[in-house]
Amino acid sequence: MTFSRGFHGRRRVDIDPARVPPGQYVTEDFPVLSAGPTPHVPLENWSFVIRGALDEERTWGWDEFQALPSETVTVDIHCVTKWSKLDTSWTGVSLDTLLDGVDTSAEYALAFSDGGYTTNLPLEDLRGGKAWVAYEFGGEPLDPEHGGPARLLVPHLYFWKSAKWARGIELRADDEPGFWEGYGYHNYGDPWKEQRYAGD
Amino acid sequence: MLDPPDWPGHDAGQHVDVRLTAEDGYQAQRSYSIASTPEDEHLVLTVQRLADGEVSPYLVGELRVGDELELRGPIGGYFVWDVPLGGPLLLVGGGSGIVPLRAMLFHRAALRSSVPVRLLYSARTLADVIYREELIGVEPDHQGADIRVTLTREQPSNWRGYAGRIDRALLEEVAWAPSESPLTYVCGPTGLVEAVASTLVELGHEPRRIKTERFGPT
Repeated sequence: MTFSRGFHGRRRVDIDPARVPPGQYVTEDFPVLSAGPTPHVPLENWSFVIRGALDEERTWGWDEFQALPSETVTVDIHCVTKWSKLDTSWTGVSLDTLLDGVDTSAEYALAFSDGGYTTNLPLEDLRGGKAWVAYEFGGEPLDPEHGGPARLLVPHLYFWKSAKWARGIELRADDEPGFWEGYGYHNYGDPWKEQRYAGD
Repeated sequence: MLDPPDWPGHDAGQHVDVRLTAEDGYQAQRSYSIASTPEDEHLVLTVQRLADGEVSPYLVGELRVGDELELRGPIGGYFVWDVPLGGPLLLVGGGSGIVPLRAMLFHRAALRSSVPVRLLYSARTLADVIYREELIGVEPDHQGADIRVTLTREQPSNWRGYAGRIDRALLEEVAWAPSESPLTYVCGPTGLVEAVASTLVELGHEPRRIKTERFGPT
């Protein structure tokens, strides 16, 4: 290990280190990171779809989506650019609800968004109370900058997996790398294993 | 300025992760854009010191010539430009968001590329303009790039550039016509990037030809 002469750092004493993955620091802000312009889709044109390897595609319009059973969860989020934000509160629909009764042989999912963004993850990471499509943050409608009207929320993986402006999920037999995964970022992205980049 | 052993080379627009380790093993890491071109002899990072920062005050105030730094990179393959991507090129930077754009601009110049390029750079005051001599000095050598600077807070009495924040009118004047299908890179604080990218889309620019990189003081 190379020590940085004269570096002492600024340890947070008010935070349980066990909640902060390696290489992350805790911020109170909510930084915005996106690769392109923020899309603005009118809610009447918005839909969320589950497609791909299932018998019948499932689609919800905005009002239908709002009528689904919702959950409010408080989770910690971890961005690959090193910030973590603790105790964030989100309201949305669990993927367990969206995938309820879906019979599929697919093992992978590719989430897709307005603006062309995609991200891939194993289907099992979307099930079992681990993932949501969230439309509220802190009790308010989700800001477009942060992915509104609705974004994927998969807090156990680095936050680029929580696709902003989510419009659907494709169930797939094969694993198709998404946007950042195709630019050298890790295919899975477990913050606790510090899987930032390909090869980690 | 760094001399990393076995540096594999980089593309203009990429960044590195810098990791600092205290004597007790505590570590902190942050990402910094690469300011140098792939052709430059040394790897150059330009770091803005954040008053309440953890890593930047160390890099700016404590690090000395001869010190070793733990680096990882180059990182990022999207917010990059190389000659085959063509143009016309529109580079819009705010504050230290100029850093990766500087690498693109001078990479183009180093290769004597004829891709038309316009750079619009927003800074608070003339003193805040990074790479001032290179960009708007007496004999700039940037291969005919069209460089415009706007100063948002304070302008010298003889200032011949723009004043005020980048707005719709300024973008209409400086940005290429949407029909020319420019390739655009916007880098800076979140507010500026959001405003510039949204306005360009409103003006008819193709969203997928607008690449953004946002950073806040975090």
